Amino acid sequence: MTVPATPDGAVPVAPRVHWIGALDPDLRRFDIILRTANGTSYNAYAVRGSQGVAIIDTVKIDFSEAFFGRLESIADYDEITTVVLNHLEPDHSGALPELLRRARRATLLVSPQARLMLNGLFDPADLAGRVAFVGSGDRADLGDRQLQFLNTPYLHWPDTQCTWLAAEGILFSADFLGCHYCDSRLFNDAVGDFRFSFDYYYRHIMRPFGSYVRDALDLIEALPLRVVAPAHGPILRRDPLEYVARYRALAARTVYGAATKTLAVFYVSAYGATRRMAEAVVAGAESASTAAGEVRISLHDLEGGEAAAFVDLIEEADALVFGSPTINGDAVKPVWDLLSSLTVVDLKGKLGAAFGSYGWSGEAVPMIEERLRRLKLRVPLPGVRARLAPTGNDFAACHDLGREISLQLLGRPTPRTFDLAQIS
Amino acid sequence: MPKASITFQDIGVTVTVPAGTRLIEVSEKVGAGIVYGCREGECCTCLTRIVSGHENLAAPSVLEQQVLRDNLAPRRHRLACQAQVLGGCLVVQPA
Repeated sequence: MTVPATPDGAVPVAPRVHWIGALDPDLRRFDIILRTANGTSYNAYAVRGSQGVAIIDTVKIDFSEAFFGRLESIADYDEITTVVLNHLEPDHSGALPELLRRARRATLLVSPQARLMLNGLFDPADLAGRVAFVGSGDRADLGDRQLQFLNTPYLHWPDTQCTWLAAEGILFSADFLGCHYCDSRLFNDAVGDFRFSFDYYYRHIMRPFGSYVRDALDLIEALPLRVVAPAHGPILRRDPLEYVARYRALAARTVYGAATKTLAVFYVSAYGATRRMAEAVVAGAESASTAAGEVRISLHDLEGGEAAAFVDLIEEADALVFGSPTINGDAVKPVWDLLSSLTVVDLKGKLGAAFGSYGWSGEAVPMIEERLRRLKLRVPLPGVRARLAPTGNDFAACHDLGREISLQLLGRPTPRTFDLAQIS
Repeated sequence: MPKASITFQDIGVTVTVPAGTRLIEVSEKVGAGIVYGCREGECCTCLTRIVSGHENLAAPSVLEQQVLRDNLAPRRHRLACQAQVLGGCLVVQPA
């Protein structure tokens, strides 16, 4: 079948609300990390009120001509009183400087978190006296209708906000609830099946910000939604709540729930030494896990599984412990393969530790600890290194490491005191 | 040199430090759960709850106050990359 070409002009979304974005059907990779088999769209919108026109988001700079062409088909530049950027990412702000040059009356409305990024992305001269900061509860008056703002940070930029047009029940949701799926029919009840793109986008863009997703859903679920108008992909006018519910499901902790603390121990072992250390860590962790405060503990041989499944485990876990032998001065490849696959999940604040046996120099443990710190885990406990065959003392140290990890997960860390000079 | 003590409640660690030390200079060394982003007082990633001893910290700069306001930080919260302990005891927890 042939997908109809997009009209050159603006596309009505609701009374006095138009899509004025651009289509990029040939894009096959977005921001290095995303495959885009169906291309993408840069959605921008115009909302007309009795006393002015608001433009919500712009497009990637290469698509400015299409954007301005559609805008000019429904509004004069001197009618534009308000420009909203729901976040500053260049694929939505690329046409902003030119828009502000043409729409001389317009004020740019962004969230307070955008304050420190504006001058890094734009020439301050283009913005001088033209910017106002808005947060939850603030409104932009267009005469007979108003735009309201919801502060929804980190979805997926720090400054992300959503814009709500109560008069039509439309939420302009930035990248939230969006996807890379280009189809000139624009609306979810007209385009092809894009469910895989919707889930794929969530898993690669929103997933690391699960707690912020849940906070935003709390705000959005309270709205009488009729349409969700995201910045990429189909406009959700049929059953928009189904997509909100899908996000709720994707963002939920699914295995044990937040109340149960979980520890995952991963290891690779050539001759069994690091494996036996792993078993001692698990035994120690179990010794501190009582009926009054239980930690769910699991032990995984990294050579026996796929990284993707382990990533799911890690997303759910509260503590991660990695065991690796040292081979030629490095931790072994299965460990690095997993530790380089974790940008799609939220690791902030998880507890991390490392252990392993070695023959000569034993670099693996400190290298893993450093990687865990860089991934924003906390690594409060020194790792355990055993030279060649682990001794009873080595196993006791592993046992203590596991026990202390459980105690920390249960909120009962063993008090320790240092002088800064000791640890510098 | 006058000393102060900082307790990182989440890991049960107390560190004796010279007066004037910033939280960022200590928390990473002991593996506390305070996470840093820009390290320059702009991104608010290192927002930290001051459980007790708030009065033992130097007053926030104009920039820190602005960032705390912009990010709707609750009372008794500071940026660990900026907050400087002047003496006494301080107890902190990741926000």
